[in-house]
Amino acid sequence: MTALLEVEDLRVAYGKIEAVKGISFKVEAGQVVTLIGTNGAGKTTTLRTLSGLLKPVGGQIRFNGKSLKKIPPHQVVSLGLAHSPEGRHIFPRMSIEDNLRLGAFLRNDKPGIEKDIQRAYDLFPILGERRKQAAGTLSGGEQQMLAMGRALMSQPKLLMLDEPSMGLSPIMMQKIMATIAELKSTGMTILLIEQNAQAALSLADQGHVMEVGNIVLSGTGQDLLHDESVRKAYLGED
Amino acid sequence: MNELPQQLVNGLLLGSMYGLVAIGYTMVYGIVQLINFAHGEIFMTGAFGALTVWLWLPGGTSMWLALPLMIVGAIIVAVAIAVGAERFAYRPLRTAPRLAPLITAIGLSLALQQAVWAWYPEAKSARTFPQIPGGPFEIGNVTIQTGDIFLVLAAPISMAILAYFVMKTRTGRGMQATAQDPDTAKLMGVNTDRIIVIAFALGAAFAAVGAVAYGLKYGEINFRMGFILGLKAFTAAVLGGIGNIYGAMIGGVVLGVAETLATAYIADIPGMDKFGSQSWADVWAFVLLILVLLFRPQGLLGERVADRA
Repeated sequence: MTALLEVEDLRVAYGKIEAVKGISFKVEAGQVVTLIGTNGAGKTTTLRTLSGLLKPVGGQIRFNGKSLKKIPPHQVVSLGLAHSPEGRHIFPRMSIEDNLRLGAFLRNDKPGIEKDIQRAYDLFPILGERRKQAAGTLSGGEQQMLAMGRALMSQPKLLMLDEPSMGLSPIMMQKIMATIAELKSTGMTILLIEQNAQAALSLADQGHVMEVGNIVLSGTGQDLLHDESVRKAYLGED
Repeated sequence: MNELPQQLVNGLLLGSMYGLVAIGYTMVYGIVQLINFAHGEIFMTGAFGALTVWLWLPGGTSMWLALPLMIVGAIIVAVAIAVGAERFAYRPLRTAPRLAPLITAIGLSLALQQAVWAWYPEAKSARTFPQIPGGPFEIGNVTIQTGDIFLVLAAPISMAILAYFVMKTRTGRGMQATAQDPDTAKLMGVNTDRIIVIAFALGAAFAAVGAVAYGLKYGEINFRMGFILGLKAFTAAVLGGIGNIYGAMIGGVVLGVAETLATAYIADIPGMDKFGSQSWADVWAFVLLILVLLFRPQGLLGERVADRA
């Protein structure tokens, strides 16, 4: 069986500077895969390339058996790849409900869209209570919920989450991680980038450690969680 | 002072014409952060598009039959030029420094003026624009000139169409998303290149309606008409808060009323009797622009919601 997402020798550059220097990994359907690493390791660059916002200089990306290299970003989502970007990037002057509707921009099944909006409100009740409010007035954690809810509105086969816990209070961070676990239990395939390596690895089936554009270590979430070098570098232990 | 209602109506009509043109500045700016200084000339070509249709029609065609065709002609010409400008002049410069597309816009504006001057028959001086027959309309003690009747209908209808499009249609929501965060809009599946083309086209269409209104109001059009009117409409867009489509209409109306009242009443202020004539109207309009830029640079309806978390 081929994996849902296959990345092979992917290289991405900003001008002459290579930010991603030939990485390969796979995401099987139903798995949670995480990329961890410090700032500047190339994690966000990798996700932005997968969704077409950046063009790779080399390598292959196959999603559901199809090459993504020539697909413009606005068509990637219709293939089933949803991206909740770093820094949330909700549409600040639109209502929460309109933000969710934009997540379903390419869908035509009106009743299905209404049902999924309701499902987002069930997942995050605070969004339902404030559905008419401008999204820019939400707190950071609530904006993160909205960004995730919006990404789910496209009914993705693969959900990519970039730093969902960034800048959140510990309580909010727990809430977001619990939601990711909940999504996992429903069978959602997730590619997760996290600075909170502990939380990410505990959830993940597979983990990859990135350093300056390369994957330097791979293993199951549990393996990495107990790996000596990972504990030193990313889990703040000595 | 009993002519005040009349002056207010005059200002409102003039202002709604400014507003129709201002929509194009504000939409394009809202989406690509470009001041399309050629927009005034796109407005001007719309007027010549309408005139061309009139000249094609057999002599003696009723104005009520001709007018809808002239509007269509104006829209086709203006939209074609705006979309062509976007595709061939602005799109190649989308990642260039801001100054490059701005200078291109100014160059395009001169090129369009000169093209009409050189190639449109007898356009080296003003050309007569057909008029709606019938006398002026009296409502109470306010008179609405025949040529202005068109604006009374066209301005609110245009605004309603625009509001519906932006708020209620899928493309309109994609347009809002692109204005607020283009990269994220792409992640949602919005084809932002297409949205940019639509913004140019819509702006041109409303400018074309404004151009027909201009022809009917003043009775003649010329290749330079887009310059001052473009500046006024740009002022209206800034006044209302550039990037905000309702702001464009409100800015237009405020500008039109202010300009009309200044022209009518400033001469009554002791010592100001020299400054009240029609030739000072433009001065007062731009004085208003400077005041707004000094005291409320975000415009009347400038955004206050936090942009990014």
